[in-house]
Amino acid sequence: MTEKEALFSYCLRLGDDALIHSYRLSEWCRNAPMLEEDLALTNFALDLTGRARALLTYAGEIEGKGRTEDDLAYRREERHYFNNLICELPKGDFATTIVRLLFTATQEHLFYSELTHSQDGTLAAIAAKTVKEAQYHMVHASDWVRRLGLGTEESHERLERAIDELCPYTGEMFETDKVVAVLQDKNIAVDNAAIRSNWKTYIEDILREVGVMVPGSQHMQTGGRKGIHTEYMGHILTEMQYLQRTYPDATW
Amino acid sequence: MATDSQLEIWEVFMQSKSGANYIHAGSVHASDKRMALQNARDTYTRRGEGTSIWVVPATAIVASDPNDSEMLFDPANDKIYRMPTFYTMPEGAKAI
Amino acid sequence: MELLKHSEEENEESLKHFEEKIERGDSIEPRDTMPEAYRKHLIRQMSQHAHSEVIGMQPEGNWITRAPSLRARQILLAKIQDEGGHGLYLYSATETLGISRDEMIAQLHAGKAKYSNIFNYPALTWADIGAIGWLVDGAAIVNQVSLQRTSYGPYSRAMVRICKEESFHQRQGYEIMTKMIRGTSEQQQMAQDAMNRWWWPSLMMFGPHDSESPHTGDAFRWRIKRHSNDELRQKFIDKTVQQAEVIGLTIPDEDLKWNEEKGHYDHGPIDWDEFYRVITGNGPCNRQRIAHHKKVHDDGAWVRIAAAAYRERIKKQNDNQ
Repeated sequence: MTEKEALFSYCLRLGDDALIHSYRLSEWCRNAPMLEEDLALTNFALDLTGRARALLTYAGEIEGKGRTEDDLAYRREERHYFNNLICELPKGDFATTIVRLLFTATQEHLFYSELTHSQDGTLAAIAAKTVKEAQYHMVHASDWVRRLGLGTEESHERLERAIDELCPYTGEMFETDKVVAVLQDKNIAVDNAAIRSNWKTYIEDILREVGVMVPGSQHMQTGGRKGIHTEYMGHILTEMQYLQRTYPDATW
Repeated sequence: MATDSQLEIWEVFMQSKSGANYIHAGSVHASDKRMALQNARDTYTRRGEGTSIWVVPATAIVASDPNDSEMLFDPANDKIYRMPTFYTMPEGAKAI
Repeated sequence: MELLKHSEEENEESLKHFEEKIERGDSIEPRDTMPEAYRKHLIRQMSQHAHSEVIGMQPEGNWITRAPSLRARQILLAKIQDEGGHGLYLYSATETLGISRDEMIAQLHAGKAKYSNIFNYPALTWADIGAIGWLVDGAAIVNQVSLQRTSYGPYSRAMVRICKEESFHQRQGYEIMTKMIRGTSEQQQMAQDAMNRWWWPSLMMFGPHDSESPHTGDAFRWRIKRHSNDELRQKFIDKTVQQAEVIGLTIPDEDLKWNEEKGHYDHGPIDWDEFYRVITGNGPCNRQRIAHHKKVHDDGAWVRIAAAAYRERIKKQNDNQ
């Protein structure tokens, strides 16, 4: 695998995480528990869409075949999307969304902080912008975890259930493979495994604070980075690609 | 036992740039201070309008009675000696 | 907000102050004494305005996950989010009149408060997103610009902010229409079809003709309303015809023609039967819109209750320290 091929894959992965998670967040727009929270979740969807645009545009440039952000976002087959599975799981209830945001934003905050030191200038610049956004998402999600965890019996139960459902999908965020190794050699990529313990500490601390059992070691789902998705992914693409697929000659 | 509501009203004051006065921007609903601050951020700084935010529970604000406005504010109207233009300066004096 | 009272003036005296203020063109503030009918009129109009912003998120929201490009997704999200924000500003402004957001939502669900009729029409194609931005927001802006000078201070201030923020909404809609009319023949058909379906409902947004409008009298005297329905409608038509011509869209009105003498466009008759049919609950989406709003409200109850319970818990902890 050449450095160029690895970098293309790396950008697609990060871009797809943002692309698909922002799709799920955008489903909250007009559907949130409070008008104020509707605006907040939409802000996060906007942050992530912006990040997806930057990363997919850069991926297209690296590939050098003239593919634009939209060619990449809308014209790939399911097997060629490489987001982590946690991003594509259904929107679920508010607790699910908050827990997913807590898990991913905490990882992103650590990950993108490291990525600001990347030898790749474009990635470092994208990381510098992203790290602030991720930090705010993390703070917002953490506060809601406290409210739900220490709120009512029902909210506590819903929080617990969401954690239980999403935990098996957190392992993927720390996986490493050849793509990462090739780029790590060049000081371009982040050591995914190295940020895991900080992530774990933060998550365990906050869950303990609200009296939720921290799930022990368990089997982790995997597949996203290889393009093997959950059954939900096809439905996302069906909807997302609807216009691009129905009117392939149109520009929008 | 908590019941369902749209939570409490908080008034939002924004500083548009460093050094400027805090100006009332509007209100948000929230149940605690952290939520109030975040809701104010997500509602009132969508276009980069702010550098700093204050939030105050609406119940903590005390307002003057409009019926008292003559008593409260009219007496200041004739204190023209508080204005710099009230004074005659000699020709030629500088930097005063 | 607590009002610090020092004197008790006669009610009649205060009402005289109100009339004088209106006469001078001063703005009325929440603590000013005001006639009950003025307050009621404002609550009705402002809460309807707030509900319209929030219900208006639904037809456009129908296309978020199908937006055809990432840029389009961003723009649409930002626009719908603005509408939520504007609903929020307007609810807040209405709350200064002594009604809570909870009460307003309850009135909406009970059918006692209305929202703009236009949102009872469906958004069927991507061109509808263009038509909504260009025509519906275009019509709304004409009305809102006029309301910036309305007599009630909080309403006027909300309108100033809203007008400033909405300036991009109409442009993005027009940009979508332009792109589609310059696109494939399928896109062109979609654009014209959207124009045909949204034109007349957009004209109806300004309400009945002046001769038929029951609330106009008081609203004018109190300077809540600054321009009549027909004046505003005419303004909208005059500016929109030219915009349609520039991009080659046909306005679905055979009687539309420039009247040199008046300096305005004449237009064909508006189908008021349709207007009253939709306003009384029989539009294509009336039931769907309210059902959706109720469902979201009900689904969110446990979250709001949890937030309130958490606050109680924190408060207790602090009290015990």
